[in-house]
Amino acid sequence: MSLYLFALLAFLTLAGGLGVVSTRNVVHAALYLLLSLLAVAGIYLILFAEFLALVQVLIYGGAVVIVVLFAIMLTRSSEYPRISDNRQWPLALVAALGLLGVLAAAFLAAPIQITQLQSPDFTALSGSLFTKWAVPFEIASLVLLVALIGAIIIARAGKNER
Amino acid sequence: MGITDLLIILLSLAALFAGLTVAVLGLIWLERKVLGRLQQRLGPTRAGPMGLFQPLADALKLILKEDIVPSSAEKAVFWIAPVIVVLSAFVVWVTIPASHTLVVENLDLGLFYIIAVSVIGIMGLVMAGWGSANKYGTLGSLRAAAQLISYEIPVIMVVVAVAMLAQSMDLRVIVERQGSYPFVLLQPLGLVIFFIAGLAEVGRTPFDIYHAESEVVGGPFVEYSGAHWSVFFLAEYINTFAIAALTTLLFLGGWAGPLLPPIVWFLLKTLAVVLVVFWVRGTFPRLRIDQLMAFAWKALVPLSFYAVISTAIYQFYGWPAWSLSLMSLAGLLAVGYLVYQRMTGPARRVAQVRARQQAAMQSRRSGISGGPVAPPAAQTPSAPGQS
Repeated sequence: MSLYLFALLAFLTLAGGLGVVSTRNVVHAALYLLLSLLAVAGIYLILFAEFLALVQVLIYGGAVVIVVLFAIMLTRSSEYPRISDNRQWPLALVAALGLLGVLAAAFLAAPIQITQLQSPDFTALSGSLFTKWAVPFEIASLVLLVALIGAIIIARAGKNER
Repeated sequence: MGITDLLIILLSLAALFAGLTVAVLGLIWLERKVLGRLQQRLGPTRAGPMGLFQPLADALKLILKEDIVPSSAEKAVFWIAPVIVVLSAFVVWVTIPASHTLVVENLDLGLFYIIAVSVIGIMGLVMAGWGSANKYGTLGSLRAAAQLISYEIPVIMVVVAVAMLAQSMDLRVIVERQGSYPFVLLQPLGLVIFFIAGLAEVGRTPFDIYHAESEVVGGPFVEYSGAHWSVFFLAEYINTFAIAALTTLLFLGGWAGPLLPPIVWFLLKTLAVVLVVFWVRGTFPRLRIDQLMAFAWKALVPLSFYAVISTAIYQFYGWPAWSLSLMSLAGLLAVGYLVYQRMTGPARRVAQVRARQQAAMQSRRSGISGGPVAPPAAQTPSAPGQS
């Protein structure tokens, strides 16, 4: 049962990813990206990582894709069917294949020991996140804060020039 | 998982769908009646006793109407958008318990699940607006995306505060923790923020600028007609009902209550919240888009952070319960005072100017009537400047 589900979800993930790079329409690309990200959330679900799946839906499926669409619609509303020119596709192909190679090599070099299926308790997860992994967590939030401040500064700079 | 389990899940989903449909029909009738009374009308009276069959007639009319797809629309996106909106509205209900046992599938992360899934509905609105290849539709869906993402933040923060109070995200546990007193007594500020931001999330009247008829002629729904449009309508009412039910579960003690069975208490409390929603709709004018965004970012977001921080202080130091109520109420009162000052500011300024003019006029008149004064020619030019 879970094998079939995984096959379906993996197919959807890959199809979405292919759609993102092959479609000529930027909005369609964003929608394919949504499909791909939601299918990844489904894969997390069949791995019993419910919290991760919900975070994936909330952050990537919801917020990120909506902001991407928002930006597309706001910036280029004049050219209605938006055509993207994929002139950099050979470079992107090399980068993607390189990443795939690194991932596959890492996976083959250090095979993951399947020890035990367990669904992590939510309170245990948050407990370890805020005690054992508190510093990486804070660093991640610091990075977000810096990005936020940077965005505000860029936006203000544009205002002063006008 | 056996066949019987699957069958049970399917049956309970079907029952949930049937229940929600009946609830939506009831809500439509109630809203038309209540709005009618608020506006000194009768509301529907013709179809059935007290117009009870009016929603059925509406639904039949909508289904029989021609379903038009604009020729320049993106067909696939146009078709799938209403499905996404209604699915996200429906799927939220899977984990909302109507009583301790009456729930399709209780989840440990129920609250988080509800928030995560409801975000997908925003996506549906954006797709609807863009897919219909209409300027008003695109504008409306841009507004919808901006509004719903902004108001998502206070909702999430208040939900975090409630989860901290209950020490759980499980909706059943949250209701059980309110056994001695509902959380509205502990965190009244949270209730107010959640209700207001929830109204905005649903897009009901003070916050319905993204599908306002007078500005963007229906926004994302502008090209939809017939059954497709009715699907959006259905989703809006399911969402309204969900916000009312969540307000009940998170702040008003859920199904707890004396004498009557739990489900009746749940429905009564939810109905009370729904009536407040309709009342708000009949009372307040629509907010402008800039006011709407400013209100979210300048008022609700800081306030929701205040709610979380005050809850955290209360939990960490183990202060008595009334201290949190006091902190929360103080925040509420401070903001209420500020909003009052802000709202009545222009009117007060106008009144001041009027009073000054009147005083000036009176002094002039008294000057003319009695005694020697400066020549009137000197005073007339200054009059237009004052007004």
